Amino acid sequence: MPLLEVEDLGVEFRRRGLEPFRAVDGVSFDVDPGQTVGLVGESGCGKSVTSLAIMRLLMPRGNRVTGRVSFDGTDLLRLPIRDMRDRRGRDLAMIFQDPLSSLNPVISIGLQVTEVLQRHRGMKQSAARAEARDLLDQVGIPDPDRRLKEYPHQLSGGMRQRALIAMAVACRPRLLIADEPTTALDVTIQAQILQLLGTLVRENGTALIMITHDLGVVAGLCDEVNVLYGGRIVERANRHELFATPQHPYTHGLLASIPRLDAPAGERLHPVQGSVSDNIPWTSACAFAPRCGNEVDRCRSASPELTAAPLGHGHQLRCFNPVLPDGAGVGATGGSAPVDSAGEAL
Amino acid sequence: MTQDDLFAAGEPEQPRPEPAELTERIEQLHVEGLAETDAPTEDEVAGGRASAAALSAATADAADVLLEVNDLKVHFPIKRGVVFDKTVGYVYAVDGVSLAVRRGETYGLVGESGCGKSTLGRGILRLEEPTAGQVIFDGVDVAGLAGEELRRTRRRMQMVFQDPLGSLDPRQSVESLLLEGMKAHGLTKGKIETNRELRELLSSVGLPATALRKYPHEFSGGQRQRIGIARALTVGPELIVADEPVSALDVSVQAQVINLMEDLQQERGLTYIVIAHDLAVVRHISDRVGVMYLGALVEEAPSADVYAEPLHPYTRALMSAVPVPDPVLEDTRERIILTGDLPSPANPPTGCRFHTRCPWRQETRCDTERPVLTELKPGHRVACHYATEIGSGRLKPNAEPLQLV
Repeated sequence: MPLLEVEDLGVEFRRRGLEPFRAVDGVSFDVDPGQTVGLVGESGCGKSVTSLAIMRLLMPRGNRVTGRVSFDGTDLLRLPIRDMRDRRGRDLAMIFQDPLSSLNPVISIGLQVTEVLQRHRGMKQSAARAEARDLLDQVGIPDPDRRLKEYPHQLSGGMRQRALIAMAVACRPRLLIADEPTTALDVTIQAQILQLLGTLVRENGTALIMITHDLGVVAGLCDEVNVLYGGRIVERANRHELFATPQHPYTHGLLASIPRLDAPAGERLHPVQGSVSDNIPWTSACAFAPRCGNEVDRCRSASPELTAAPLGHGHQLRCFNPVLPDGAGVGATGGSAPVDSAGEAL
Repeated sequence: MTQDDLFAAGEPEQPRPEPAELTERIEQLHVEGLAETDAPTEDEVAGGRASAAALSAATADAADVLLEVNDLKVHFPIKRGVVFDKTVGYVYAVDGVSLAVRRGETYGLVGESGCGKSTLGRGILRLEEPTAGQVIFDGVDVAGLAGEELRRTRRRMQMVFQDPLGSLDPRQSVESLLLEGMKAHGLTKGKIETNRELRELLSSVGLPATALRKYPHEFSGGQRQRIGIARALTVGPELIVADEPVSALDVSVQAQVINLMEDLQQERGLTYIVIAHDLAVVRHISDRVGVMYLGALVEEAPSADVYAEPLHPYTRALMSAVPVPDPVLEDTRERIILTGDLPSPANPPTGCRFHTRCPWRQETRCDTERPVLTELKPGHRVACHYATEIGSGRLKPNAEPLQLV
């Protein structure tokens, strides 16, 4: 049985004087214990909002959250906020992108880590202190006794992210949500942090939701990958299938946009044209149609559903005209299409 | 007055040197140049001279070197005290970098944050005053220029910044942003002609002419970066230093901007120095790549070799740490995980700067003697005492298990 079932999650931003904006639109996915599920997409695709909605961290004012988030049988969205507070940190925890702004600058690292332990595990201060020391040690912070007394600004970026991870795993949560945990870090530090997260998942059976824009990170870490576009999941597959046979033109285009270290020199990139601002609403069309090189008439008149993909096992797709390996579609997004630099419309 | 009269009036009444005389002068220059490189002092070998000599040997024609950096140092003083500013130390941001960039090529500088790559870029343009060393741009030492001469030289070297919103004045329209540099250098030629030029420029960076009347906040990140590039191009530069030009952009837009930069280079014969932390981007766009660590170059090679055959331990670790969007490769490839963080550039380690984190560190030399960039293969320079031994597999990495959960 899945640990977390997200069903038809929707988030609508309602701001005075503006049309309501659907940031997340009918997102459904499951996470099993010990499984790593990736949410991938570019800025504005709704990946972070999804995670904030699951954690109930969106202000009730101005944001309407619909759907069901069932954690071990309990619908988190219907839980009284007091109970939700008990669960945050204990059952589900989150790691944010920017470790400096998610740590309190005027409170020592030690106090911030022990706070979690005292609040959720009812530990006495001295016991919490000892436990905090062990936690910092576990996440690979050298000289933890000294670090406990220090403040966030005295730590390097990688250290801060480790401290944040230590806080997140302090109560051995069953679900960990990592929102771009390595984006602000250098590659060598990123490798350390990803290795640490992988170990946590393997050894503690923690379920992990990995939110990232970096397909390379996904390729190394995630079991199941959801590609988001305009607030909806457009493609879902296990990582091997997704990278071997990407079928949504957007996924295909993303992969063709990335300069690869192992690609032959002098190869030209084939980016997705335009930018997210070109999107059209999902209501009666495919939001990606204006940027898609593969669009057919139907894309502008009907909204595609997430259905089983033509290729692969358990591979799902939201597209009328998928890119197939030897079909005519491949060239339209990945190959010969003349992608001019004037791609972005004003 | 006819055009011929104008020409004649403007021409100083000096006898033109005869061709024979010219060749003689050139020969003389060559001899002087050779005499200098024949007997280099110890310092010169360690510093810039060696690189320049190596490079001119590697390239058949030394004349196509547009930019030469010789043992450049940029140190920032650390000051203490309220009333009296006492210098208590220095941040050695750039500490002895020598490189040469050929006309029309793209030189990529990579390294992690704090390695000094941005400071080096700014030092080259003299946006940061170098502490020591030479920056020779098209035969002229930029460090020695001042006033009007420096200003005129700056027209030929422009910069593209990382944060397109932060580097564009929010209260200036795109037209005014683009005109500013042209006016400063007296390149405007009357309203209609200038307007036509601006439109052409905008269309070459992929923006419509209607953009001229708009303000930076009205554009998306990718479009702003296009404006930043257009602004650099207004004054007709030869060298563009691009500091993290695509790191603030989404991957699809990033690829569009990379393609644009490549196209512009082709059309206008530009020379680029691209500074970025993303190795894949740098490898993709560059002809040659320099890897920096703590203020110094540790390796320099043609971009294909950097991935295929990294020789410096740091480059190896860096390459192995970059995630590749290929699950099969990700599962199988060997990853060198470095321990610890970058040491402080205010107090760099003795000897080889990387020895505190190097998996191949040896008992001798590494912590006492700073390695010099030496050419191990044609065009491939590396600063490591044991690069050959590591490359051949004779030296094995020290087993140092990471402390993890």
